[in-house]
This record gives sequence, structure tokens and C-alpha cells, in this order.
Amino acid sequence: MLFITQTALELGFMYALVSMALFLSYRVLDIADLTTDGTFVLGMAVSVSLAAAGHPFLAIPAAMAAGACAGFVTAFLQTRLGVPSILAGIVTNTGLYTINLMAMGWSSNVNLLKQETIFSLFRATGIGGDWYELIIAAVITIAAGLVIIWLLGTRLGLSIRATGDNRDMVRASSVNPVFTVTVGLCVSNALTALSGAIVGQMQKSADINGGTGIVVIGLACLIIGETVIGKGSVKRGVLAVIIGSILYRFLYAVVLRTGIVPIECLKLVTAVIVGLAIAMPALRNYAAFQKRKWSAGRRKGGR
Amino acid sequence: MLEIEQIHKTFNPGTVNEKKALAGLSLHLDRGEFVTIVGSNGAGKTTLFNAVAGVFYVDEGMVSLDGTDITFMPEYRRSRMIGRLFQDPLKGTAPHMTIEENLALAYLRSSKGKAPFSRISKKDRALFRERLELLGMGLEDRMRQPVGLLSGGQRQALTLLMATIVPPKLLLLDEHTAALDPAAAEKVLELTKQIVTEHEITCMMITHNMHQALELGSRTLMMEDGRIVLDVSGETRRDMTVEKLLQEFRAGTGRDLDNDRILLS
Repeated sequence: MLFITQTALELGFMYALVSMALFLSYRVLDIADLTTDGTFVLGMAVSVSLAAAGHPFLAIPAAMAAGACAGFVTAFLQTRLGVPSILAGIVTNTGLYTINLMAMGWSSNVNLLKQETIFSLFRATGIGGDWYELIIAAVITIAAGLVIIWLLGTRLGLSIRATGDNRDMVRASSVNPVFTVTVGLCVSNALTALSGAIVGQMQKSADINGGTGIVVIGLACLIIGETVIGKGSVKRGVLAVIIGSILYRFLYAVVLRTGIVPIECLKLVTAVIVGLAIAMPALRNYAAFQKRKWSAGRRKGGR
Repeated sequence: MLEIEQIHKTFNPGTVNEKKALAGLSLHLDRGEFVTIVGSNGAGKTTLFNAVAGVFYVDEGMVSLDGTDITFMPEYRRSRMIGRLFQDPLKGTAPHMTIEENLALAYLRSSKGKAPFSRISKKDRALFRERLELLGMGLEDRMRQPVGLLSGGQRQALTLLMATIVPPKLLLLDEHTAALDPAAAEKVLELTKQIVTEHEITCMMITHNMHQALELGSRTLMMEDGRIVLDVSGETRRDMTVEKLLQEFRAGTGRDLDNDRILLS
């Protein structure tokens, strides 16, 4: 049980950054950014490759910068070149496959054998004992969350939020939506890459397929968090993604341990949960309408 | 202040839906003028506003504001000088953001709002509160509430405040009271008069209320087929009645004014 909790907390904090990125793009900016899968692997590839070259610390900002570049490409495609936003993400994602291979020296995976990582260096200090991985993950994620809360409270952040809320109004308020969308996607992809960067160094490996489906898992965490914590302010949103991500990883660990759901089916279960959660308002409307129709029919029949 | 020279705009050129929305329209506005605009459905009133605000670029002609040629200036940059209110009260505010956040966004137009990482300061808050008090709607005590909770009239009043918190060089009002209930409409109109007079803002207002068109402001324009067919001000306007205005319209265009929402009362 302790092991499950520890693993869930560690992975939960690390992957919470992906959900935080989706909170920024999907909730705040109202753009479904499908660059996420590729960006996650990009962060992993850059981080692990640089750690392999002996720069575990430099690896983290470098991975974030690479992620921001990926976000910029997606933003450029949709704001300047008129590519529909979902397609823009898919196009960038496809291109990133090659970029990611390149970042890993044209091989489909990179492994760290004896090279230092931020984790091994921190472990050597002896702080936190067995919980050292959790401490790093929690500190980085909470710091990133605080930065996002701070950023969305500034004038630039207000402009970004308004862009997702009412684009007509933004243009009439002297804000350039091209700029706000670009900044928003750069920041969100930097977060996704950061997640990939830490996960990569923790696993001591990067794999070209390591990010498959991460966008759906990220959305699942976002939705779980919002169900538990509720929607509303930015602070609540950031807290929701962290809690949601930890809960998801906890469930994942329980399933993995107990075998209630065969592990091969987990992606399908995740997809179904996300699909249902996003469809919820529509389903609720449909149910309410059917109920009204039914009761109206009964009244008529009784007369 | 505003100089429009021979602007043309055709929508869907070369198709069966081709529509000449603006056909060589010219207009000169002096500083502080308050112009009301009436016209049939599809006369080009809103298109004129969109051309001035930069929603699209005109096909031909020139637009300049306060001596600056803005013909090819993008919409968001023109917004620094031009305030706008639409008929739909939902269009002018961000529903999931609070009242003070909406005002802060509008306040970006001022030079003080330029630092991208600055936050809403105490001073800003005091200013917002002071301005909200002028509306007399009690919004000053609800500054941390999301705008989505406000009524249409309150939202439109807030939009008016946002459009004028940094006094614009030009204010465009596109039937901004048409979607409100009568009491709210009157209130918003009263506020409009008050704010426009106080800051001496140059203003154009589209209305379908003929009485309002003659009563408010200092000049009335009538549009038809993308042109201005009647332009009255001063003495002539003072003696003008709704009947006379309609007669003039018939004389000018050879047909009756056709607007399904026009109010003659």
C-alpha cells in the first residue's frame, strides 16, 4: 500500500505538468492542442540526451525551450497560416517524430547507464531518504503551478484568458489574439516538455513511443480533478490538475496491482472515461429532454 | 477627426451572392461630433462601422483618424483609439472573468497598461470602483464576481465603461440598446449621453429609433445601398420631424424606408 501511494504520488506530480499544460491550452485558451504527445517525447529526448552528455541540469531548461518551440510552430500554423487548430497540432506532432529521433541521435531510444541525473544527484545529498524522487517531482510541479497562477494574474495572463473566453472582445480591447495564442501555446508546450524531461530522467530512458496517448491521459486527469475540486478560478484549476493526476495514478497503480482491469485494457478504459466525461453535458441534456417528453406524453394519455 | 474617402467594399465578389456593401462612401466627422445613423436593413450601417474598426480592410478608398491613416492598420491596433459596443451585450465582456479583470483588460489601452507582467494594483482598483459607482448599479461591490452573473443591461453598461475607461478618439455604438429591456435601455442610453458629453468623445451611433436619431447628438445620417443619402445637422435638423425624414428618404432614393425593426413612435 505504501509503495502504491508513493508511486502514485511520484508519477502523479510528474504527469500533472501535462494536465497543467492542457488546462492552459484546452480550458483557458479553448484550443485542443494535439501537439502534446510529440512534445512530451521531445522533452524526454532532449533531457535524456543532454543528461547522457553529462548535463542533467541544463537538460531541464533545454527541454522546456524545445517544447516552447514546438508550441510556437503549432501556434504559427493556426494563427498566421489559417490551419484549423486541431490539425495544426497533428501536423506539428507528425513532424516532431523525426525531430525526436534526431534529438536521440537517430535512434528510437536512449538509455542512461551510469550518467548522473537530477535524481541521482539529489539522492546523493541524502535529503528525504527513500522519498527523494517524490520531493523533486512535487517541488518542480508545485513551483510550475505557482508560476502559472502568477502568470495568469498578470495583464498578459488576463489577455490570454480573455482570448479563450471571448475573442470578439479581445480584439476590441487592443489585444492581439495572435500574440496571446502564441504565448499560451509556447508556455503550455514548455510545461509538457518539462514533464517529459523529468519522467525521462527518472526512468533513465527516452523512447520514441513514450508519449502515445498522453494527451488523453492528461485530459482524464484534468477532468477527474475538476470533478473532485470543481471549476472556477485559476488557483482551483491548477490544484485540480495536480489532485486529478495523483488520483489517476493511484487508480492506475491499484489496477496494476490487483488486476481488476487487465492492464492491456487500461488505455481503452481511459479513453472511455474521457469520452464520457466530455460528453456529460450533452448526455445530461438528452436525458432531461427525454424525461420531459415522457412526462408530457403521460399527461396527454391521462386526460 | 474621422476622414473617410470613397471607400468600397464588396462581399463575395464574382459569385451569385455578390453584395456591394459600401459603394464609394465618404464622410467627414469633426472632433466631438455625435452622429446618429439610420437606414434600411442591409444599407451598410454595420459594414461602415466594421470598415472603420478594421474588422476587414476596404477594397478601395482611405480611412484616417485624427490625422493618422488607418486604412491598413489591423483591428487590434485600431482598438486603442476606437471604442465599440455591439447590439449583443454578451459580445463585449469575458463571462468567466471577474468585473475587475474585464476592466483591467480594457484599461490595457492606456499607456499605464503596457507592462505585460504587471498586476491589477490598488490604484487601478480604486479607479475601477470609482467608475463603477457612476453606473449606479451596485457593481462596485461585486468587482470579484464573474461577469457571466450580470444581467444584459448590467453587462452592456460595463461594456460602455470598458470602451470609455480610456477615452477613445472615436466611439462606435451599433444599436447597443436594442437587445435590452426598456428600462435597461433607457439607463444605458442615459449613461452613454453622460459619458460621451463628459469626455467630449466623437461618437457614431446606429439606431432604429427614428425619434432617438433626431433627438440625440448633433447630426443625423441616413444610409441606403452603401451610401449616405441624407446628412442633416444644425438648423435643418432641429426642424426635422420623423415624417419629413421619411419624405426626404423617399425623395433621395425613390422608395420607402424598409427596416422591419424601425420605430416611428
